[in-house]
Amino acid sequence: MTADGPIRQGGLDISARRREGGGVLLEVTDLEKHFPIKRGLLVDREVDRVRAVDGVSFEVRQGETLGLVGESGSGKSTLCRAVLQLTKPTSGSVRFEGREIAGLSRREMRPLRREMQMIFQDPYASLNPRKRVGQIVGEPLKLLGETSGGELRRNVLELLGRVGLGSECYDRFPHEFSGGQRQRIGIARALALRPKLIFADEPVSALDVSIQAQIVNLLDDLQDELGLTYVFVAHDIGIVRHVADRIAVMHDGKIVETGSADQVCERPADPYTKSLLAAVPLPDPRRARERRQTVGSG
Amino acid sequence: MSALLSVRDLRVGFATEGGLLQAVDGVSFDLVPGEVLAIVGESGSGKSVAAQTILGLTRSPNARIEGSVRLGETELIEADDAAMRRVRGARVAMIFQDPMTSFNPVYRIGAQIGEAIRAHRPDASRGETRERAIELLGSVGIPDPESRVDSYPHEFSGGMRQRAMIAMALALEPEVLIADEPTTALDVTVQAQILALIERLNRERGLATILITHDLGVVAETADRVLVMYGGRIVEEGTLDEIFYDPQHPYTWGLLDSLPRLDQPRQERLRQIGGSPPSPIDLPPGCAFRPRCPYAFDRCGELPGLEARLADSPAHRDRCWLSPGEKREARK
Repeated sequence: MTADGPIRQGGLDISARRREGGGVLLEVTDLEKHFPIKRGLLVDREVDRVRAVDGVSFEVRQGETLGLVGESGSGKSTLCRAVLQLTKPTSGSVRFEGREIAGLSRREMRPLRREMQMIFQDPYASLNPRKRVGQIVGEPLKLLGETSGGELRRNVLELLGRVGLGSECYDRFPHEFSGGQRQRIGIARALALRPKLIFADEPVSALDVSIQAQIVNLLDDLQDELGLTYVFVAHDIGIVRHVADRIAVMHDGKIVETGSADQVCERPADPYTKSLLAAVPLPDPRRARERRQTVGSG
Repeated sequence: MSALLSVRDLRVGFATEGGLLQAVDGVSFDLVPGEVLAIVGESGSGKSVAAQTILGLTRSPNARIEGSVRLGETELIEADDAAMRRVRGARVAMIFQDPMTSFNPVYRIGAQIGEAIRAHRPDASRGETRERAIELLGSVGIPDPESRVDSYPHEFSGGMRQRAMIAMALALEPEVLIADEPTTALDVTVQAQILALIERLNRERGLATILITHDLGVVAETADRVLVMYGGRIVEEGTLDEIFYDPQHPYTWGLLDSLPRLDQPRQERLRQIGGSPPSPIDLPPGCAFRPRCPYAFDRCGELPGLEARLADSPAHRDRCWLSPGEKREARK
């Protein structure tokens, strides 16, 4: 524990705990994903390229949450897809548990898929509307031939219970659920194969304010119970500061700053991080007025 | 100051296969010149339906609209379509969350602003409307408006499109601007610019604004007064400082407490409101927040009126049966 770590009193952390993280689970080095812009009549000629991910390096340690924050077009979603080999990186290295996975074929990736799962932003679009919840959550187990029959049903019910959904949800369709409940279903599906690493891409930004806190707290509990490691991607630096142990700020395809969540939010070094933090509207009218006056006179 | 826009006991219901959906249930408020009134609520709270009804945008064969919306001397609920067309754009303008869907993709920005002007001033020439469009684009901070007036909507970034939509809304110098989640689709740095623009227009032109949002940060930066809506009703209303520093309704507490705050030490856990917002088709009797409220008691089965319950703030009203003393105790 570091000197400025949690202060213990009567065995309880009185300052908010941050996770230290164990060994390196994921190591990304000089990752690039470029999209060529082609023109030409008969033969396409590359005239320029969009550098969506432009030389990104970071690591994620076992048991921690890395927050990846950036605005639209910063490349954060493409970075996730390139790390998970859902799109082929242009160059660079991605090592999961020490093993190079960049450039692996789909077949070679398949056994690794169970180790790395994803939670999506839009719980309406990411669930098949024609399947029942039990099928949706059980699908990954079935695909990998994990279980069958009664055992499958038992596993699915246990997963639903973990995310706070009752057994009556098993035979219902996604449209019968609210946005927050659908996100719980998406989380149950992601957990089905007992992954080590979960990429959550804007998991709460489509939800109502009162529901966002429920999902954030659920992810937090699951991390404690299951020892999960998260990469939490979001544009809202307020949410990211709450969930993340460390934060990487992305801008124009590059990581411009990395550090502990408190360091990045309280003592940002990079000018872009500073402008991002300054633009967040504070739910505090007096401070908002003070800030307007300083900006007005400055 | 006398009200520019006066909404009284507005009720909007829709007949659906599942029964009557009461989206807005007895909403009343006044908007005075030059103020920014924020309406805060979650999905299904009725905030957007209430605002759209002001402009007659919810009219349909299966809609039941009751109550009164007065704009100066004009009653808008009973106004016929021709009268509504004279109001829309000219006296009350509206901007939406997604400016991409609000512009026609196949016409140039300047032509669309010109069309809005000519709809109300048929005698305006193309040259005049083009000049006016350039002036308007410049006034909302679009650089090089002389050439941007000939751009198509897709050539603008999200923030620029929202500026262009505001320019179009201002074309006929309306008295009231209704902004429905105007910055929700934008990045925070762009959002800050758009909010500053709305604030400047409000200050310079005395433009009365209804700002509909779910984001309390946006409210704190822009609004003068706040209505909090839940289940189709106003559950609390007050000045900006009353709502943020002395909130009276447990739902308002929940909203304020569930935000992760950048300006405060990090909490171990976010304080969450349990359950989900109610479906407007199946509202519980009495206080709609009762099933989610940690302070609910027997009397909450009966609907509390929207009343001032604090002696020294007569304009701060809420719908909650708890006494001011019980609320202070609960907030400790």
